[in-house]
Amino acid sequence: MSTTEESIQAPAHAAPTTKGGAVGYYIDDRLASANFTKRLVDKVFPDHWSFMLGEVALYSFIILLLSGTYLTLFFNPSMTEVIYNGSYVPLKGVKMSEAYSSTLAISFDVRGGLLMRQIHHWAALFFTAAVSVHLLRVFFTGAFRKPREINWVIGTLLLVLALLEGFSGYSLPDDLLSGTGLRIAQGIIQAIPLVGTYVAMFLFGGEFPGTDIMPRLYSIHILLIPGILLALITVHLIMVFYQKHTQFPGPGRTESNVVGFRLFPIYMAKAGGFFFVVFGITVLIAALVTINPVWLYGPYTPSQVTAGSQPDWYIGWLDGAVRLMPNLESVVFGYTLSWNILVPALVIPGIMFTALGLYPWIEAWATGDRREHHLLDRPRNAPTRTGLGVMALTFYMILVISGGNDIIASAFNLSINQITWGFRFLLFILPPLAFVLTKRICLGLQRRDNNKLLHGYETGRILRLPSGEFIEIHEPIGEAEKAKLLAKADVVPMALPSAVDENGVRNPKAAKSIARAKLSQWFYSDVIPTPTDEEMRAAAEHAAHELHEAESHLKEISQH
Amino acid sequence: MNELEHPTGDPYGAKDGKDLISGITVFPMEPHVPRKSDIDPKAAIRAERQVATMFGLSSLMILLFIVAYIKVPADLLITIPVIGTLNANHLAIGFTFGMAILLIGLGAIHWAKKLMPDEEVIQERHALTSTNEERVAVQSSLQRGAAESGFKERKIIRRSLLGALALFPVPLIVLLRDLGPLPGTRLRETIWDEGIHLVTDATYKKIKASDIPLGGLINAVPENLLEIEHEEETLNQRGKASIIIVRMDPADIVSQQGEAWDYQGVLAFSKICTHLGCPTSLYQQRTHHLLCPCHQSTFDLSDSGNVVFGPAARRMPQLAITVDAEGYLVAQSGFNEPVGPSFWERG
Ligand code: HEM
Ligand code: FES
Repeated sequence: MSTTEESIQAPAHAAPTTKGGAVGYYIDDRLASANFTKRLVDKVFPDHWSFMLGEVALYSFIILLLSGTYLTLFFNPSMTEVIYNGSYVPLKGVKMSEAYSSTLAISFDVRGGLLMRQIHHWAALFFTAAVSVHLLRVFFTGAFRKPREINWVIGTLLLVLALLEGFSGYSLPDDLLSGTGLRIAQGIIQAIPLVGTYVAMFLFGGEFPGTDIMPRLYSIHILLIPGILLALITVHLIMVFYQKHTQFPGPGRTESNVVGFRLFPIYMAKAGGFFFVVFGITVLIAALVTINPVWLYGPYTPSQVTAGSQPDWYIGWLDGAVRLMPNLESVVFGYTLSWNILVPALVIPGIMFTALGLYPWIEAWATGDRREHHLLDRPRNAPTRTGLGVMALTFYMILVISGGNDIIASAFNLSINQITWGFRFLLFILPPLAFVLTKRICLGLQRRDNNKLLHGYETGRILRLPSGEFIEIHEPIGEAEKAKLLAKADVVPMALPSAVDENGVRNPKAAKSIARAKLSQWFYSDVIPTPTDEEMRAAAEHAAHELHEAESHLKEISQH
Repeated sequence: MNELEHPTGDPYGAKDGKDLISGITVFPMEPHVPRKSDIDPKAAIRAERQVATMFGLSSLMILLFIVAYIKVPADLLITIPVIGTLNANHLAIGFTFGMAILLIGLGAIHWAKKLMPDEEVIQERHALTSTNEERVAVQSSLQRGAAESGFKERKIIRRSLLGALALFPVPLIVLLRDLGPLPGTRLRETIWDEGIHLVTDATYKKIKASDIPLGGLINAVPENLLEIEHEEETLNQRGKASIIIVRMDPADIVSQQGEAWDYQGVLAFSKICTHLGCPTSLYQQRTHHLLCPCHQSTFDLSDSGNVVFGPAARRMPQLAITVDAEGYLVAQSGFNEPVGPSFWERG
């Protein structure tokens, strides 16, 4: 290896000309970071309001880390019983756990403690909401397609972890409401076949509630899950960075470029500023709107409960599923299978998250689409996917609403029985209906787009033709609009393979590919092609002709 | 303003006006329209002042925050219309801090929007797959490594290593054993037993049938609970042994879980919902229905505590009661079946 000596020789450098340059040179002398830094600084990010949803999630997570760290300075996750003697008078002398009394201390005896608690809780609500809506935007625009499937799976994991993180945090204050939630979770765990009672005993250190669960939930909430979240978010963002962001179609935008603003300075100023906006709004809401006033609920005891208790919003759908499930239980060979618990609390969420995580491959399998996609779909241009999404969302929303069936019953003066049966039926009727309806709306919108391409937009000005006919004057749409409307890639459903081979013998392997081709044809059914260049030209000529006729007619009238 | 010429010679990477990959029609970017602050120096100065004002106000808010932190009493309550009653210190420091942060953000965004260039630029995507040569090269490197290690040929090493690796997590799982006790019969037992007095929850007073009005409900626990809780220092027994006592007209009782488990129309049931373990709480004396607030399971206490509605699958276990010589309610025996939510081994 005779070249070694030469290659470790540093190339000759000119001296830095600025102070900042000196720092840069110092670092570059150790990391050879110039190239990477240049690419970073010049990197182009496309701009669209919906791309900020992921940012809101990221910023809320940072706010959670900051406010959560503050709370650990004062919170004590112990279930040792103490007699409360703090400054909240209504609970003076009441027996409670140290976890609850330290939460009261943060709320009433630490200046700014209540503010931090409220910031933390509001940020948790924003985080879960932003993750969910971000997921919807990625789904409905088809951003999960090749090459971004892996990031979609990471996103699904982030969503599950976000829910677990929220639930574990919600349980920590050990108030009456959160303790009830924990009791329900314990009941669900203990119903798992085979291992349920063991898992429950090991998790709680014995029976419910025991004294171990708070310290254990605490390490899960402040160390385990945030650690995994942080790692996954880092990978998630590196992938977005490396694969580059998707963009919506428009003038100049293609599958092989990114049109937008450079990281430095515009994106940095906008995104950095947006972090402060999210943070500032969270703090203002925390200052003004009380959330989770645990002092009103009292300490947890397994023999008391508050009526009309509701979990945080992101757990609502599970609560609703548990409420809707009919009370089935069977005993098989002396073992109990609690369908009433297992189906809504484990089977349905299991199916939902698995289907969510696998969706990119399910769709690619069904459509046979193996191309890379960097231009986003407008939701209307993928009617089947959009329909499926709205269908799943409808299912989810009915579960969420069912979680408040008691509140709805008392608000509308109906019996809880009627409401529950109503929702049970709606859960099966509305989602397919939503699918059909959404698809039709999408196709309608596509037709309207085609109309705009062919005939321009309606100006509202009406003209009477010499023939006595009325026409409305249409103006051709602008180039930007045209670029957007024409950016609908042609789709080709898979061809049906023949069931017999060339010798006329039945091909046993054909059944699978026939099923797949049928699925592909279903997925792409009702394709509405965009007008061809000739059609658009013809339409334009026709319109010009009509307009010309009408105008000359008008002239005639004014001359008379 | 493209950064790189595309190999096709088209600034957008198109060919014949069509996107190379998707085939959609490519339109050129629209000409940049200058903003007011781009052409009018006065507008630019105005924007500059606005940004600086926001940053300045942010600093002011931090000063106000410090004043509020020190000066606004921590126990003062104030009422604001619509929003309600809040702690004044909390509100003052939260408002000033929140505004300080928000103003930095608004200032930065305003700066970016008004004064930094707003012309979009184009950047090429790079291929997200390697070239064929690269793939072949990495494959042969991997194969070389595998061959050098002899992993494939040296079967004994391979198998013994795989065996060792498969076993190495075992201690990590075994070490979790002491997280808690084995279930045993814990979930089947409560501290109720023959002759144990029913005492009121919270005040721990013995109860006479006449203490309960017709149609009334009392929350109760076993009299030995206090002592055991003191010993165990957990709420575990309370979570299983809590009961409710109701009194109804004996003629209203349709059925019971055992013969003569009531005492003159006084019936005792577990308070812990058989669905997922919430304490039931709402009792409707006209229908004798007991409702769980968590998922609305409803039990008919005049008919063996059977489920009449909701997701609970099992009836509410009944505690057989009678009275002692002085007329205080006592248990005839412990519960006859496990209380609380179902579990796999319950049967
Ligand atoms: C912990 C929560 C999450 C954080 C902090 C986060 C953050 C981000 C950010 C900042 C971006 C770039 C901007 C954007 O497209 O909005 C992004 C992109 C992306 N996220 Fe997330 N995200 C989270 C959860 C999820 C979830 C739940 C999913 C889906 C299941 C998901 C899937 C994706 C995908 C596929 C991209 C690439 C999108 C594109 O390039 O168009 N993320 N994420
Ligand atoms: S816990 Fe009582 S109904 Fe679910």
